[in-house]
Amino acid sequence: MKNFAALTRMRVQLAFRNKMFFFFVIVMPLVFFFLYAGVFAKSVPRIVSFYLGPVLAFNVMGSFWGLSATLVMFREQGILRRFHVAPVTASDLLASSIVANYVLTLPTVTLELVLARLIFHVPSIGNPISLFILLSIGILSFGSLGLVVASVTNTMQETQVLNQLLWLPLIFLSGATFPLAYLPRTVQRFGLFLPATYLVNGLQQTIIHSATLWSRYVEILSLAVWACLTFFLSAQLFRWEPEAKVPRRTKMLVAATAIPFLLLGIVENVSDRILREAYTAFESFTSAPATRRPPSLSMPGKPGEASNPSRSSQNQARQ
Amino acid sequence: MANAILQVENLVKHYGDVHAVRGVSFSVEEGEVFGLLGPNGAGKTTTVEILEGLRTLDSGRVSVCGLDPERDSDALKQEIGASLQATSLPDKIRVIEAIRLFASFYKRHRDPQELLKRFGLDDKKNSFYSQLSGGQKQRLAVAMALVNDPRVCFLDEPTAGLDPQVRREIYDVIEELRREKKTVLLTTHYIEEAERLCDRVAIVDHGVVIALGTPRELKARSGGTTRIEARLSKTESNGTMKSLEGVVDVREVDDTYVLHSKRPPQTIVSLVKHLEAQGNELVSLEIATPSLEDVFIELTGRRLRD
Repeated sequence: MKNFAALTRMRVQLAFRNKMFFFFVIVMPLVFFFLYAGVFAKSVPRIVSFYLGPVLAFNVMGSFWGLSATLVMFREQGILRRFHVAPVTASDLLASSIVANYVLTLPTVTLELVLARLIFHVPSIGNPISLFILLSIGILSFGSLGLVVASVTNTMQETQVLNQLLWLPLIFLSGATFPLAYLPRTVQRFGLFLPATYLVNGLQQTIIHSATLWSRYVEILSLAVWACLTFFLSAQLFRWEPEAKVPRRTKMLVAATAIPFLLLGIVENVSDRILREAYTAFESFTSAPATRRPPSLSMPGKPGEASNPSRSSQNQARQ
Repeated sequence: MANAILQVENLVKHYGDVHAVRGVSFSVEEGEVFGLLGPNGAGKTTTVEILEGLRTLDSGRVSVCGLDPERDSDALKQEIGASLQATSLPDKIRVIEAIRLFASFYKRHRDPQELLKRFGLDDKKNSFYSQLSGGQKQRLAVAMALVNDPRVCFLDEPTAGLDPQVRREIYDVIEELRREKKTVLLTTHYIEEAERLCDRVAIVDHGVVIALGTPRELKARSGGTTRIEARLSKTESNGTMKSLEGVVDVREVDDTYVLHSKRPPQTIVSLVKHLEAQGNELVSLEIATPSLEDVFIELTGRRLRD
């Protein structure tokens, strides 16, 4: 515990001395924030609040990028082996990475929320407790994803390729850039297998419909389970030595991190709950009608349609 | 040995097809500075890293402070200090922060400030690691190896890649450890380092210990002879060279004849006479008192520094 605290402190300290950190963790997210709020949403408070969830998710998901790169760099430079010969455990190092990333990401996210209220006059940021919990679980889980990336890649180049491969679908197919309701049907179906989709939806519903913690249990629970699984796997696959390569066999283990969202994706593809929520959000908060809403989603009698909890809050928001 | 703090018996380790260590045995007593001397790739680092618990062994038995590095790795790490090869610290960590951070990992630790003072790093304590010179980084590495006041200190090639003057600074540090009666396991491929710093030396080549003893004992093996190294413009047979006065042994190492002579002046005179008669010429001539290098050449037929 003492080691973990000391390492976390070191990581935070090092980040503040790193120019790249300022760019990727503070400047970039804020540029995206102003791009979304000022350009995409044209500074219309109602639309800004629609985009606030996606932009926060964007920021939160970026965690895995920097975290994996730092850890791989530490391994390649032989920094990890120096810790290994001291009484430091893999969990100390991994947990401190996650927590340092959390401490470093939260301020930017908070700043975005404050700016959304003060500059763009977003009417409400929804339920602050469920927002805080969703953001926290988001940062922790995507941080853990970064640890897994660091564990399965052998060189910095491999790390960057894998990061890119993960990043693009995560931001484009989840609703983090283009609203989910706006995407083609097949892409939506695929998006339901991505953790990012649940983070985006959870944040969006919380902000625009002031969704309660309880109503977001699927998102919170799935991300939490995923975070634990990825963290556990990264600890199993952790390597101190630069020349220790990952055996192909263990690379397959990593496929296990996809299991929670594979299962959830099947359930959500059947129930269409997330898609329905995404459509109602999209319809009520943007002027563009969702013309491509598939008939199955507006069919009466579908479970959840009549008792959609978001309906009432949506009406409130309209008044 | 009753108070052996470090024991290695028939240690074997291979990486795929490469046999890095092929049955190394030695033991180190408390308070001793013990050297593993050998060329690069001899298996020194692998041996040390197994003792430190960084690598697992394939067969054999090792014990450090009575502990098994693999099984009792947590307890072991409290007792040992190490400066590794191929290691680094984050660029933007300050010297004082690095040593404090590592001090915080141990149950028992020395005062970081005092350690920095002792290693001449006091005026660098607020510098970033990336701003240090090679020698300063190495001194910091040794200082950090002592931060927990370890029972055994492993110094893996502490002077590799440093220029001679900086190397001497590190020697001073190690000599001080010796005066303090610290147990040190040192690996090196510098003859001078092993002779000057170590109480006992194991010469390692191709993963086996080929000689072990105090530097004096090892040198006595070369029979108290003087080494004469001669390069000639034309080759001569080993037999002819051996028939020169006072010569007890001849070896050809990289187109140089290495003669071991009991009476060097007579050998040189007869060598010059012989060459004149043959119309051959001396290209270069070096005379050296016996060193561990001779022991190595004698045992392997190769020079240590390849």
